[in-house]
Amino acid sequence: MSILETKGLMKSFGGIRATDDLTLSVEQGELHAIIGPNGAGKTTLITQLCGTQMPDAGTIHFKGRDITALAPDKRARLGITRSFQITSLIPDMTVLENIALAVQAREGSSYRFIRAAAGIPAIRDRAMALLERVGLAEKAEIETRALSHGEHRHMEIAIALASRAELMLLDEPMAGLGPEESARMVDLLTELKGQHTIVLIEHDMDAVFALADRISVLVYGHIIATGDPASIRANKEVEAAYLGEEA
Amino acid sequence: MSTRTIATLVAMALLAVLPPIFFYTGNAFWLDLATRLTILAIAAVSLNLILGYGGLVSFGHAAYVGLGAYAVGIPAYHWLYGGLESLGLATTSGLVQIPLAMVVCALFALVTGAICLRTKGVYFIMITMAFAQMVYYASVSIEEYGGDDGLVIDTRSELPGLNLDNPIQLFGLAYLSLVVAMLIVRMITRSRFGMVLRGAKGNAERVQMMGLNPYAYRLTAYVISGAMAGYAGALLGNFTTFISPEMMDWTRSGELMFMVILGGASTTGGPVLGAAAFIILEEVLSHFTIYWHLPFGLLLIAVVLFTRGGLMGFFRGRK
Amino acid sequence: MDTSLLVIQTLNGLQLGLLLFLVASGLTLVFGILDFVNLAHASLYMLGAFICASLTYAVGNFFLAVLIALPVTALLGWGVERFVARPLYARDHLDHVLATFGLILVLDTAAHLIWGPEGIAVPLPEAFRGQIELSETLVIPTYRLVIIAAGLAAAGGLYWMVVHTRLGMLIRAGASNRVMVGALGINIELLFGLVFALGAALAGLAGMLIAPITEASIGMGNQVIITAFVVIIVGGIGSMKGAFIAALLIGLIDTLGRSFLDDIFKLVMSPDAAENSAPAISAMLIYIIMACVLALKPQGLFPPKVR
Repeated sequence: MSILETKGLMKSFGGIRATDDLTLSVEQGELHAIIGPNGAGKTTLITQLCGTQMPDAGTIHFKGRDITALAPDKRARLGITRSFQITSLIPDMTVLENIALAVQAREGSSYRFIRAAAGIPAIRDRAMALLERVGLAEKAEIETRALSHGEHRHMEIAIALASRAELMLLDEPMAGLGPEESARMVDLLTELKGQHTIVLIEHDMDAVFALADRISVLVYGHIIATGDPASIRANKEVEAAYLGEEA
Repeated sequence: MSTRTIATLVAMALLAVLPPIFFYTGNAFWLDLATRLTILAIAAVSLNLILGYGGLVSFGHAAYVGLGAYAVGIPAYHWLYGGLESLGLATTSGLVQIPLAMVVCALFALVTGAICLRTKGVYFIMITMAFAQMVYYASVSIEEYGGDDGLVIDTRSELPGLNLDNPIQLFGLAYLSLVVAMLIVRMITRSRFGMVLRGAKGNAERVQMMGLNPYAYRLTAYVISGAMAGYAGALLGNFTTFISPEMMDWTRSGELMFMVILGGASTTGGPVLGAAAFIILEEVLSHFTIYWHLPFGLLLIAVVLFTRGGLMGFFRGRK
Repeated sequence: MDTSLLVIQTLNGLQLGLLLFLVASGLTLVFGILDFVNLAHASLYMLGAFICASLTYAVGNFFLAVLIALPVTALLGWGVERFVARPLYARDHLDHVLATFGLILVLDTAAHLIWGPEGIAVPLPEAFRGQIELSETLVIPTYRLVIIAAGLAAAGGLYWMVVHTRLGMLIRAGASNRVMVGALGINIELLFGLVFALGAALAGLAGMLIAPITEASIGMGNQVIITAFVVIIVGGIGSMKGAFIAALLIGLIDTLGRSFLDDIFKLVMSPDAAENSAPAISAMLIYIIMACVLALKPQGLFPPKVR
């Protein structure tokens, strides 16, 4: 069963088509990677899926419901979360507070004025458990801006997990990571695979081919092929698109 | 306990102890200064909620203080000269005036905030100021309440068990109000609501991606802050027994902002330290020269250029 | 409502609008290119008026005084950029607002120290003291027309400069894409200084033009700056065209509102109610308009293109 479906998605910026008649179907529970040369419109696609940008035409369905015109916070509440290609955290809050806020957003009303958020065990414990899971537990009380890039990338994942989202849109989680950190991220994603439906945008081809159940290839805003890793690897059109870029 | 907390407690203790000493030793002038300082500190604390914790640079906070003062003055005026009896607003009762001040300010904050919060950055700064200017000009042009010349409040608010004509009692009320205001802001900013507010300051897009709509939380904080500033205004009206549009001039809003920044934004005690430093400095400098705005302005520029985190920056916080 | 009053008030509105544009154009340039909020911009308007007033007495000729005062205010603007604005570019708008708020206090007090607490009246040259009779009921002071002409000339000159000169090209490029100008290898510091100086000269010119009517006085900038901000917010920050249109709009609406709003109100309400509410509403009119514009278009009428 497909959890996410786009039909005929279009988005232009000043005459340039960033998304061009894009039709995509993501199955429940799969890790669906989206690859493509630079400028193919991958991040533009993510922003439309999570609602920060509205498509010019076309529809997006999530679990059979039309969410094309829904605001980002409403989509988040339906169960879509994203991580950002350029790390997007709350720099002046501690690591724990960042995760706790995501937990709190998921677990109940935030219109609570009396009790200190830090003193609520349910939130704190779950946030700590998530930090444990991404290997950042001992950094919990440190201000976020003080962490390294790699640690920020892992925080992004923890926040995505905190939302208990059914659909996670991960925008280049490995961007800028060293080999060791990349390996840890692949381990983490392997662990998450199967528990969540994941749309993964990634440039690291080794990681993509190791992780993905299915791969879609995006070129000039249009999906030219979708299939399992083996069939994508054998696809002539895909090869041409990539060779074309290198030439 | 962090040194920052200690600094705040010491400042609050001094503010509790010194004014009664002034009073009983006959230094009415210094008691007056302390009362004014305390009342403006409440306004600064309320501004800190949105400016410090919410990152919303409101350049119109003096309007709320002014509206709060008029909410004391106008009923008192009608009590003396007639009119508005049918609305129950011809009264000197503080139990009517003070809630009125807070409700009027909360409503004004709700309506204007709903518009202002659609904008960002410098647009937000300027539109908050524009709404304050609207209130300013409205008060200038309403002749019945004195217009440009202002309105004398003949009778202070009457509160059960309190006599606000007695300067030490008025100070006591202001001081207690300040403590309560500080505790409320501290509680709110540490609550789950406060986490969202602070999170949206740091990264609004991220907070929205978590499924929280920053707009609603910001508007709520804006309304709370406005009501609190209205309360401070009601006290200020009782203190000065005179209100004029000048209280709402944009330069007054600038001064409130400066108090918050000078003391240290998004800290519990910062606005109080800032208000104290501001008022005392103003008093001392103006004592020496009529040109005191010159060193004062230079100091303001120096504070912005060379200090980070205001006076509270000198003390170490938790973490 | 009689026509001659309408014509006179329209000219007054035009005059106010053009003066506002002279102040607002510098403000919007500085904000558009440098992303800097300068509350003290109108202090240069005040200083322009004072300097011109002193010079008028010193050299005995208003025009000569204006010609000397313009580069002096430009130099002052350059000084503000160098010593206050430049260290603050990397900071947020809040810091800009606070520091330039302090600068207003400093400049106002400096003016107080130099010129004393009283305002200084500026005598008009003989040629402009007269009035022009357009019809029997329509008499317009010559100097008002001079202000309008000078304002239009300055606006035209500015337009020509922005469209046709190299400096103008850089300004346009800078307003829409700051990074690109940096990448072109332009001396950014020089460009920023020039932009400030230009803005200061324009604001100063507005002060000089108004001085013979209102006299130069301490704090004369403090109301103008707020209105000028309303202008650039309504026009869309960074947009020259927006500033021009909004300035004329605000100038006309404010002037006409003050003189005709009660008449308009009388059409729909009792004369008493109209008399009572019109002054308040007309004083608030430009802020109401700003609020309406921002409620509909949060970035003003002519929002700058992509940043």
